Amino acid sequence: MAYVAVKGGERAIDNAHAWLAEDRRGNPSIPPIDTAQIREQLGRSVDRVMAEGSLYDEELAALAIRQAQGDLIEAAFLVRAYRTTLPRFTASAPVDTAGMGIRRRISAVFKDMPGGQILGPTYDYTHRLIDFAEAAGFAPPPAPEMDSDGIAIGRINDILDSEGLIEADGRADGMAHGKAESEPGDLTRTPLAFPAARDIRLQSLARGDEGFLLAMAYSTQRGWGGSHPFVGEIRVGEASVDITPPELGFPIDIGDITLTECQMVNQFAGSKTQPPQFTRGYGLVFGHAERKAMSMALVDRALRAEELGETATAPAQNQEFVLYHCDNIEATGFVEHLKLPHYVDFQSELETIRRMRADAQKEYAA
Amino acid sequence: MSVSLPGFADPVLSAQSSFRAILDAMSRPGTVHTAGHGLTPPAPLGQAAAACLLTLVDAETTLCLDDALETTRDWIGFHCAAPRSPAATAGFLMCHELPDLAALDAGSDDAPQDGATVVLQVASLCAGQRLTLSGPGLPSPATVAINGLPADFAERWAANHALFPRGVDLILCAGDALLALPRTVRITHAHKEA
Amino acid sequence: MTGYNFAYLDEQTKRMIRRAILKAVAIPGHQIPFGSREMPLPYGWGTGGIQLTAAVLGPDDGLKVIDQGADDTTNAVSIRRFFARTAGVTTTTHTADATIIQTRHRIPELKLTDKQIIVYQVPQPEPLSKLESSRAETRRMHGLAEYGLMHVRLYEDITRFGHVSISYDYPVMVGGRYLMSPSPIPAFDNPKMHMMPALQLFGAGREQRIYAIPPYTTVESLDFDDHPFRTTRAPHACGLCGAADSYLDEVVTDDRGGRLYVCSDTDHCETRRTAGHTGTESPPVDAPAEQAA
Repeated sequence: MAYVAVKGGERAIDNAHAWLAEDRRGNPSIPPIDTAQIREQLGRSVDRVMAEGSLYDEELAALAIRQAQGDLIEAAFLVRAYRTTLPRFTASAPVDTAGMGIRRRISAVFKDMPGGQILGPTYDYTHRLIDFAEAAGFAPPPAPEMDSDGIAIGRINDILDSEGLIEADGRADGMAHGKAESEPGDLTRTPLAFPAARDIRLQSLARGDEGFLLAMAYSTQRGWGGSHPFVGEIRVGEASVDITPPELGFPIDIGDITLTECQMVNQFAGSKTQPPQFTRGYGLVFGHAERKAMSMALVDRALRAEELGETATAPAQNQEFVLYHCDNIEATGFVEHLKLPHYVDFQSELETIRRMRADAQKEYAA
Repeated sequence: MSVSLPGFADPVLSAQSSFRAILDAMSRPGTVHTAGHGLTPPAPLGQAAAACLLTLVDAETTLCLDDALETTRDWIGFHCAAPRSPAATAGFLMCHELPDLAALDAGSDDAPQDGATVVLQVASLCAGQRLTLSGPGLPSPATVAINGLPADFAERWAANHALFPRGVDLILCAGDALLALPRTVRITHAHKEA
Repeated sequence: MTGYNFAYLDEQTKRMIRRAILKAVAIPGHQIPFGSREMPLPYGWGTGGIQLTAAVLGPDDGLKVIDQGADDTTNAVSIRRFFARTAGVTTTTHTADATIIQTRHRIPELKLTDKQIIVYQVPQPEPLSKLESSRAETRRMHGLAEYGLMHVRLYEDITRFGHVSISYDYPVMVGGRYLMSPSPIPAFDNPKMHMMPALQLFGAGREQRIYAIPPYTTVESLDFDDHPFRTTRAPHACGLCGAADSYLDEVVTDDRGGRLYVCSDTDHCETRRTAGHTGTESPPVDAPAEQAA
C-alpha cells in the first residue's frame, strides 16, 4: 500500500488517541471496571444505551459504556455503528407484552384490578438522599419474594377495550405505504419521508433521545399540544422473543428481553364518524426505562393530532420537528461538527463583510 | 439447469468494477464500456447484461423479465433474488427487445428517481442505426451506432426525454459491452455524412 | 480489516447506494433519498461522502481526501486512514494523481479531468432549508421547480446591501432545472462546477440524500441580469507560492494585526513551489501544521 506521508494532522491524531486511551483508563493504581460490574450495577445506563443504540445486547452496551468513559450518547453511537454491520437473519414475531413476566406493573386509572398494583423495584417513593451507608460498602438485605413473580397479567387497556371505551389496539394507521400491516417499515433501511406512518414514528421515538422526548412530552403537559393523559398502565418485565426459521416452519423462543411498556389513555372528543372515546399513546422501550416509555407515549399521542382531526400547532405535534430532531446520534454529530475547521467559509465571510463595510463607509463619506 | 452456472467469481470486486463501468456509461452517454468479462450467464443473457443485474438488482428491488429471457429466470432468481413485477411497476426491466417506454414507471414529479431502469440486450453497440446524442455528460454531440433498436427509436425516446425530470433510463448491452442512455440525453437520427 | 467488508459497507448497502448514484446522475441536481447507514464516524463529519466513496472505490483507485483544501487537516487524515484501513487503497495528496477526491468545503484549483470523480461532503443538501423548514414542502417545490422564494431572498439582499451577501454554499441551478446546494464551498469555487469534465457526487449522510452533477453539465450560480454573480477572494497573492488567482487562507501571525495569506489548496501551493514559484514572504522551514493536542 502506497501511503504518502503528510504533515501535522497525522501525528496530532495519533497523539490524541494515545492520550485518550490513558485518560480513559484513569489512575492505573485503581482497579479497572469489569463490564459485568457495569451490567449488574449500572443497569439503567446499560438499558439506555441499548434503547438509543437500538440493539439489545447488555454485554456490548456495558463494553461501550466503559469505552466511552460513561458518556452514554457516545456509547449508544458505538453500539449503533456496530449494529449497522450486522447481517439481518430474520424478523421476530411481535412480542406479546400481555404475556410478559411482570416485575412492575402500575395503573393510575383504577384503584385495583386483576393482578393488582405491583410497585416492583422503583425509585418512585425513595427519598432522594445520598446513601452514605452504601458508599461504605453496605450490602442490602435480601428483598421479600413477590408471590406472583414472573406471572402473566392482562393489560389494563384490554379492560377498557372490552367496553368499547378506548380505540382498538394495534391501529397502525397508515402503515408505511405499500407494506402490509404485518410488515412494519424500518427507518434504518428506508429514509424518513413525510408524512411518516405510525410504525415509523414509533420506531424513531423508541430509538430517540430520552432527554429530547422528555422535554417534548413535558411541553405537551404545559399546554403545547396537550392531550389530557392518564397513565393507563406501565409494565416492566421480561418478554420472550420468538422467530420462525424458514427451515423449521414453526416459531421458536430465542430468549427473553426486558421491556418497559407504557399505555397512555387520552381524551378524545370524537368526530362526525366516531363517538367520543379514549385514545392511546404508546411507548415501548428496551430495558427498564419508565421515563422514556412515558415520554414516548405522550409524544406518540401528540403526533397523532392530525390523524384524530385535532389542530396541530405545537412542536410535539409536528412530525418533521420531532422525528428529524429526536435522534441523538444525528444531533450530536451535527452539533459537534462545528468543531471541524470552517476557515475556508469563514474567510469568504470575512471578505464579504470587509467589502460590505468598505461600501458602507464610502456611502457615509459621500 | 441454469442455476448451476456461477455468478461473479469475486462478488465484491467484480460488482465494483461493473458498477464503475455502468456509472461511467451513465455519466457519459454513448461511451462504450465493458463489464462482466469472464461471466458465464445462461443464454441468451450476455455478459454485460448479466453484470448489470448482479451489480444492481437484489431483494430490495423489483424486476421484470421479458418473455425471451424466461430461460434465464432461475439463474437471475438465484443470484439476484429480486421479486418479480409486471413491467408497469418494475424498478428494473431486463429485456431482449425495446419495451413500450411510455408503459413503464416514469416516477413522479416529487420522486422522479422512481423511474425504471431498462437493461436492454442489442446485437451491436458499434454498428447499425446511427444516432446523435447530446445533453449532460457530453462536451459536444456524439454519434453512436447501434444494431437492435427499432427504426423509430429516436421518436420513441423523445417522448421519454420530454417527461424530464420524470422518465426511464436505458442501459444497452451487447456481449461484454454496454452504453447508457439516461433520460437527460437528446437523441436524433444522425445524418449519413455525420 | 478483518471482520469488515472491502470499503466497510456490506454489498447490499453498496448496491442500494449505487442504484441511488445512477439515478442521481440521470437527474442532475435532484436529491435522491437513500437508506443512509450509521458509519463509525459521526454524522456531520462526512458520513455521506464516505458512503459514496465506499460504494464507488476500487482497488485500482487513487484516493485523495481534503478538508478546507488541505490534505493534513485532522478530519481529512481520519477519513483517508479509514479507507486505507478498510480498502487498502492507494492514497495520494496530489490532485493530478487521484481518481477519486473526497472533499469538504473546497474544489481543488487544478482543473479536474474526465478520469476523475469528486465526492463532496454535504451537511445540508436542501438549498431551500433556510427559507422553508418542512422537507415535505421543499420536496413539492422541487417537483414544481418553484424557486421564486430563493430569488426573492437574493433580491432582498441586493436591495439591502447592494449585492448578494451569500459567500459560501451559494445556490446553483443544475442543467437549468434543479436548484442545488453546492455544499459549503466558497462561492469562489462555484464556477469550477460548470461544465466540469469530472463526475461530481454529493453525499449527505445525516440528511439521507445523494445527488450528482454529470460531467459537462451546466451549473449556474443564481443571479440577476443587473447584478451578475461575482466571487470573492482575499485580494492578495499567496505568501508562499505567489499565486494571485487561488483561494487564500488568512493566517494570523501575531497579535498586532500581522497576516499571512497562503493557498487553501495545499497541493496546488506545493506543486507551484516545487516548480520554482515563490511568494513575498520567505517560506518557513515547515508549513504551518496543526499542533498535537
